[in-house]
Amino acid sequence: MNGMTDLTRREFLKTSAGSAAGLFIGFYLPLPSLLHAQEQPAAKLPPPNAFLHIGTDETITVLLAHSEMGQGIWTTLPMLLAEELDCDWSRIHAEHAPAEPVYAHTAFGLQMTGGSTTTWSEYDRYRQVGALARQMLIQAAAKQWGVDPQSCRTENGFVIHGGEKLSYGKLAEAAQQLTPPTSVKLKTSKEWKRIGKPTKRLDSPEKVTGRAQFGMDVRFPGLMTALVARAPVFGGKVKSFNAEKARAVPGVATVVQVPSGVAVVAQHFWAAKLGRDALEIDWDLGPAATLDTDKMREELRALSRSPGAKAAMAGDVDAAMRSAKSKLEAEYEVPYLAHATMEPLNCTVRLVGSGEQARCEIWTGTQFQGPDQAAAAKVAGLDPKQVTIHTAFLGGGFGRRANPRSDFVVEAVQVAKAAGMPLKVVWTREDDMRGGFYRPMWLHRLSVGLGSDGFPVAWRQTIVGQSLLEGTFFEKMLVKDGVDLTSVEGAADSPYVRATANYLVDLHSPNPGIPVLWWRSVGHSHTAFVMESFVDELALKSKKDPVEYRRRLLKKHPRPLGVLNLAAQKAGWGKPLPKGHHRGIAVHESFGSFIAQVAEVSVTGDQLNIHRVVCAVDCGICVNPASVAAQMEGAVVFGLSAALYGELTFKEGRVQQSNFHDYPLLRVHEMPRVEAYIVPSSEKPGGIGEPGVAPVAPAVANAVFAATGKRLRRLPLRLGEPA
Amino acid sequence: MKLRVNGREHEVSAPEEMPLLWVLRDVLGLTGTKFGCGMAQCGACTVHLDGDAVRSCVLPVGSVGDKAVTTIEGLSTDGLHPVQRAWIETDVVQCGYCQPGQIMTAAALLRVNHKPTDAEIDAALSGNLCRCGTYQRIRAAVRRASQIAGG
Repeated sequence: MNGMTDLTRREFLKTSAGSAAGLFIGFYLPLPSLLHAQEQPAAKLPPPNAFLHIGTDETITVLLAHSEMGQGIWTTLPMLLAEELDCDWSRIHAEHAPAEPVYAHTAFGLQMTGGSTTTWSEYDRYRQVGALARQMLIQAAAKQWGVDPQSCRTENGFVIHGGEKLSYGKLAEAAQQLTPPTSVKLKTSKEWKRIGKPTKRLDSPEKVTGRAQFGMDVRFPGLMTALVARAPVFGGKVKSFNAEKARAVPGVATVVQVPSGVAVVAQHFWAAKLGRDALEIDWDLGPAATLDTDKMREELRALSRSPGAKAAMAGDVDAAMRSAKSKLEAEYEVPYLAHATMEPLNCTVRLVGSGEQARCEIWTGTQFQGPDQAAAAKVAGLDPKQVTIHTAFLGGGFGRRANPRSDFVVEAVQVAKAAGMPLKVVWTREDDMRGGFYRPMWLHRLSVGLGSDGFPVAWRQTIVGQSLLEGTFFEKMLVKDGVDLTSVEGAADSPYVRATANYLVDLHSPNPGIPVLWWRSVGHSHTAFVMESFVDELALKSKKDPVEYRRRLLKKHPRPLGVLNLAAQKAGWGKPLPKGHHRGIAVHESFGSFIAQVAEVSVTGDQLNIHRVVCAVDCGICVNPASVAAQMEGAVVFGLSAALYGELTFKEGRVQQSNFHDYPLLRVHEMPRVEAYIVPSSEKPGGIGEPGVAPVAPAVANAVFAATGKRLRRLPLRLGEPA
Repeated sequence: MKLRVNGREHEVSAPEEMPLLWVLRDVLGLTGTKFGCGMAQCGACTVHLDGDAVRSCVLPVGSVGDKAVTTIEGLSTDGLHPVQRAWIETDVVQCGYCQPGQIMTAAALLRVNHKPTDAEIDAALSGNLCRCGTYQRIRAAVRRASQIAGG
């Protein structure tokens, strides 16, 4: 724990990681409920040295196996560790861990951040590390004093025995010599001092002074900047190019061709940009040059009228539909979306040495150290062990920096290799927006038969949209019998569907050749909109209050029912509102957490105003309530940007949007008041980074219906659009 | 050309039309000012020019002249400008990428308007995007900064 250099740490990791599972072995990502059920307790205790370093200056350095991208794990993971270590919180210092097998995700087996899994997947490991280290510090002190370790206690960074005390910093060196215990007892929740206590972020001071290092901010002598001219159409290839004018731009060092296009390498961004603007490239556009959003919609619509791969079924849906008292049918649609992280993509690469000494050093903000390391090694012709990844702060991730294809890392290594110099590939906003890996367009067709009591007796739902995982290393594990589990999550396992005696949810996964990827809340980003809007339609058709209707459907599900009731109560559901204000509600489970939201809106002409969003959250044990509240606020904004504005369209294969003037995001003057209420719970922790996004659009759409009588079944919500 | 940044004079060799943002980041190594859009849509690149908030991504360095440029690095010597203190107290940041721009815009607002109303805060900051959605706390932090500064 003490005085470990990077090198000794690396050596230690090599040995302590031992025969750690191969990169992808044991990886699975089933539906969230299954995920929780299958989670295994860690068989082995983690090696404390890999996660914790106590300095003789009393600094407590916590190495984070996950990336900080705004979601707050820079604070949450140290909280878990500090709870057990009993250290002085003001001495805590967090760092991103290097890419090493020991930092593999405890459930997925590869180093990554995603799926709103960090807190629950590290809930045991970081507490165990803290407890192990504390035990070793006690042992070291007891040995020094010649007393029984059982007679020692700890407090705020000291081991204490009677009137004597020793600081952790003074004990660290001796503790380091001890063998970690093979078992450890964790505190009971009653003994917690830190978990559950609202705790301010540890990364604020560096983020408010400009000191925080994002990938974009990496600098070292000799580092060049590269911009890549990529094909205007996905899958396009360079036929030929003329770089004469680009090379003539002052500051341009070289121009190289790479698989994705042509890279201009220069002394700084501006020269690289001018150089790229001066390139003349003849492209072979390929088959995607005919892509057109309107045509795609018609294709999805046609598919939705034919049977797809079965995702969930029970009973005899056709017979039940025939005997239903009444029937409701609807088509819902959502568009392609960009992640639009505030920090455009970038990746810095330095290739040095040769043979056994060769190294590939990477600095970037990534959610996917494991896959990126493997992919970079392949391109560089090295062993993954020869690839170092320095994870910088991520200027937003939302899934874009967790790409199974490692696109922005692979390309940067290709450019660095071709140019033969260390460089940072920087994406402009336009590159980022038009560079693919979008949330796909989805179309849902629903037909539900209602019984005489107004509740569903037959539920038929066909989902159409691009598979996120087809063609990736996730396909084998997550695509079952033609069903990509991320396409149907939130629908195939919906409590509304499962409360119906006869149901069939099926799926079509057409592939128009557009690169797609998970986008904050993944499948729930469309299924929650559809399910929660449609259940509102069913309630209204049955002349029932939307909350009452949901209560009945959720009667066997105490957790969603709990947040539904809490949100309704806090929002004053059924109570009078200011003139012209209307409410809508939505409740949805995702990533092991349950969120209900009530949106309060008003409509003036074609203008939709969002005044207030009340969130009720059941995320199991809540490690940092301050972080959960912040994630709710942020998720509402993310959800509103999509609900009100988000849309990427294609014409002749080209993405028509390019920057924030034509791909608007919510701005401060549109920000509603967001309130978050957390349900006290002793259930295991669920996710919190994503679940708040999913219910936003349907809560607003339901409020719009309350305000206007118009059912908007397409995102973004447009009041002027025919219903 | 000469450029006065954070109280220090620099001799800079750069084409006149090069945006100030890239001179700050790539020539002077002041990376606290961020690149977000390159067309004055997001505000991540906000700096002060003689105390006023400007978007450095569209400001040709040649047009700066002898005006004083202040970046997030120069807002305070100790990182404890009232706006920075308020930001920490209010736990505003998430990913943090847009925050230097938000803070510079807020500081410029408070310089000329010691006690802004909510509508004035919204108007001043509506040019600064935050993808993480920290707007509610930004509003609260600007009000808090106004208090700290004695407004």
